[in-house]
Amino acid sequence: MSELLTQPFLISLLFGAVTAGVPLLLAGLGEQISEKAGVLNIGIEGMMLFGAYTGFVAAYYSGSFWMGFLAGGLGGMVVASVVVLLCIRQGLNQIVIGIALTIGAEGLTALLHFFQFSKTYPRLDKAPVLEIPGLASIPVVGPALFSHNIIVYLAVGLVVFLAWLFRASYVGLNLEAAGAKPAALDAAGISVVATRSAAVLSTGFLAGLGGAYLANVGAGLFVPFMTHGAGFIGIVLAMLARGNPVWVLLGAVLFGVSLAMTTALQVAGVNVPTDVVHMLPFAMVMLVLVIFARHSVLPPALGLPYVRGDR
Amino acid sequence: MKMDSLPSPLQSGEMTRIETTPNAVGSGAGSKPAPVATVRNICKRFPGVVANDDISLDFNAGEIHVLLGENGAGKSTLIGILAGMQQPDSGDILIDGVRVRLGSPRESLDHGIGTVFQHVLLVPSLTVIENLMLGGSWWQKLARSAALARFRELSDLLGVKLDPDALVGKLSLGEQQQVEIMRALWRGEKILILDEPTSMLTPQGVRDLGDVMRRLRAKGVALILITHKLAEAYELGDRISVLRLGRVVGAILPDERQQMTEQQVTDRVIAMMFGATMPTDAADAELLLGRAEGRRARRLVDRSGAPRLRATQLSTAAERGACPLHDVSFDLWPGEVLGIAGIDGNGQKHLAETLAGQRKAASGTIMLDGHDITAAGVPARRRAGIRYVTDERLGEGTVGTFSVATNLLLKEIGNEPFWRRGMTDWTRIHDHAREKIEHHDIRTPSEKTPIGKLSGGNIQKVLLARELANDAGVVIFNKPTYGLDLQNTRLAHERIVESARHGLGTIVISTDLDELLEVSDRIGVMYQGRLVGIVENGPEVELEIGKLMTGQTLAAGTGS
Repeated sequence: MSELLTQPFLISLLFGAVTAGVPLLLAGLGEQISEKAGVLNIGIEGMMLFGAYTGFVAAYYSGSFWMGFLAGGLGGMVVASVVVLLCIRQGLNQIVIGIALTIGAEGLTALLHFFQFSKTYPRLDKAPVLEIPGLASIPVVGPALFSHNIIVYLAVGLVVFLAWLFRASYVGLNLEAAGAKPAALDAAGISVVATRSAAVLSTGFLAGLGGAYLANVGAGLFVPFMTHGAGFIGIVLAMLARGNPVWVLLGAVLFGVSLAMTTALQVAGVNVPTDVVHMLPFAMVMLVLVIFARHSVLPPALGLPYVRGDR
Repeated sequence: MKMDSLPSPLQSGEMTRIETTPNAVGSGAGSKPAPVATVRNICKRFPGVVANDDISLDFNAGEIHVLLGENGAGKSTLIGILAGMQQPDSGDILIDGVRVRLGSPRESLDHGIGTVFQHVLLVPSLTVIENLMLGGSWWQKLARSAALARFRELSDLLGVKLDPDALVGKLSLGEQQQVEIMRALWRGEKILILDEPTSMLTPQGVRDLGDVMRRLRAKGVALILITHKLAEAYELGDRISVLRLGRVVGAILPDERQQMTEQQVTDRVIAMMFGATMPTDAADAELLLGRAEGRRARRLVDRSGAPRLRATQLSTAAERGACPLHDVSFDLWPGEVLGIAGIDGNGQKHLAETLAGQRKAASGTIMLDGHDITAAGVPARRRAGIRYVTDERLGEGTVGTFSVATNLLLKEIGNEPFWRRGMTDWTRIHDHAREKIEHHDIRTPSEKTPIGKLSGGNIQKVLLARELANDAGVVIFNKPTYGLDLQNTRLAHERIVESARHGLGTIVISTDLDELLEVSDRIGVMYQGRLVGIVENGPEVELEIGKLMTGQTLAAGTGS
């Protein structure tokens, strides 16, 4: 085993873990905002995929990564606005609409991509990297953790920001009340519909941004169905995190590492069948669920539409 | 309005309020104060019902205005309109003489109208102070220290002691209600509406609430108390208005009220409430009073023989969301009604389910007529004569989309003679249903009507008809009159007492102490999963029961 722990292996493992973990982190944080507010956002997979598509197309035609990220976030919000209209305003079933959105986004992005690029998969240039001065020159850790795209640092910063927001702001109180006892929020004079709508749109933006990162930075190209359940892993992370963004971060690291293992083990040339290696992240999902799922605490009003006076 | 931009009353409004409060007291004591709030000619229709029909009322500073009426009299609709939850079809609302529109809960709060609803409207996973701060806009900073100052101010005003950092879910119902009152007064203490605030409280809690209300009255707050208990109305009300079928059918003004005895007030109010349909039975009037103690001749229960049901040290496993049982032991003799009192969520549900066989006892035994039935399941216990009338009438008790006829046989499905070799004999089932409908006076269009379409009272009659059928030996009632109107409550009480007279052992679990005092021979009290005491029913037992309900240990005289 000792030949495994070489410098290139560790760098590729850690670097890959960060690259694979950031979309999960963004999706998980986004889902956490929705769930706190009482909306079970199953459609987040569709939001990510749509964001990946719009983000890629925008970056491809404009040549700007910033435009790509912006378009990705907006693309996710477009899908999220369907949830706002149908589930929050009309009170339709959140699970049904969420599944429909995911399937719809898969079909639509595959169709649009085929329409534009036929069977070719054009690549973007390598994404710009921000090396943190000083830290980036530390051996192993520097190249692995401190020379990434700026979105990575923003995503980690978002964890701190959300932790503060949930604990020490009216936004945090309002979200908690919207998920735990919406009637109390209503009686306090705050619109439950507006609070939940804002939460779902934020989720859409973060999921779309995560998708755009996956396409533009992680892969450098768009392939139909490329999210491969990253949004669903985001839902798992949010459900296990009990409303604490730090747990989402830890979960994203765990899944990121297991995803990166697949490539890192191949780089290291370990003699394990690739099929087994590819199973690793999903085996990890099941393992984590088996161990931790019974401890998850969900908001009491999760998934329930709010109707005033209908307590 | 400028107030809209303020997060809470902690900014500019503060100084003026402090100055105006003594004035309000002064004018309240004066001869003819202008009303703080007036509703004029309010009408509100729902499909098929006129909930409010031309209602006009005045609410004055420093006065407790009681609104009395039965279920469906329109009290809740009127409160919903004042709280901004519902809009009237026509009519005006005036605050300080100015016509206002209360389009949302926020607008009502901004006008100083605070409401304490019947159901707790607090977020259990937030602390007291966080619940009170709820309602700020997202761009504002959390003003914790200012909120704490306001919290202390209101604590002094109400005369209560609460820890601002305690989780609301861990507070007692009485304390939660104090938080609700604080929240209602948070943005200004002009008008406070209390919707049936005593229904969930212990006797001590009711007394504390009365003190708080009197304090607020002295500070010049206009209080509106909604209740259907006459004793409460007499005790607390300065002015009493009676609603019936959406109309104001009468009022007792403060000047009159001061010169009337309790009996006179009671008689007047009952006359107004029932109008032409005034009950001739004096028992009805007493039931309305909510003080029916000792009105029924107590049956003499023969406890010399063997008990019909004996529970010994019953315990159940803990489960999220419900309080488990700890070492519950009691005896129940034939012909006896054992009431189980206690604040909701102290193990009553587990007790009922364990006795009915729906929940496994972790330890302990249940003996029926000397036979151990601890291991028996629901069907075996049913055959042995144990019946359970659940508090979840639509859900656990009945299937809403099934017909009345099927629901009457819900626990017999597959059994002879209604089912033969897997075939359903609908003729027999419908005949059986028609007989029960006739005998129990169930008001339904037909036996084929889905039971979900019936009123709560009639669903309860179906349940009683089903559970009291054939040879019942022990019947467990869980909150038998919850949500029923006066007539149906009375009917249910009569059935319970009557079946006990025929030798049934009866357990009545209820959070309504008045109900238990009326029907029970003995009353046991549950507290945190334990049966902390059993007392013989009689005059003046409320206080003892109240002490037990809050976990204060019993001094002496624990019944068997």
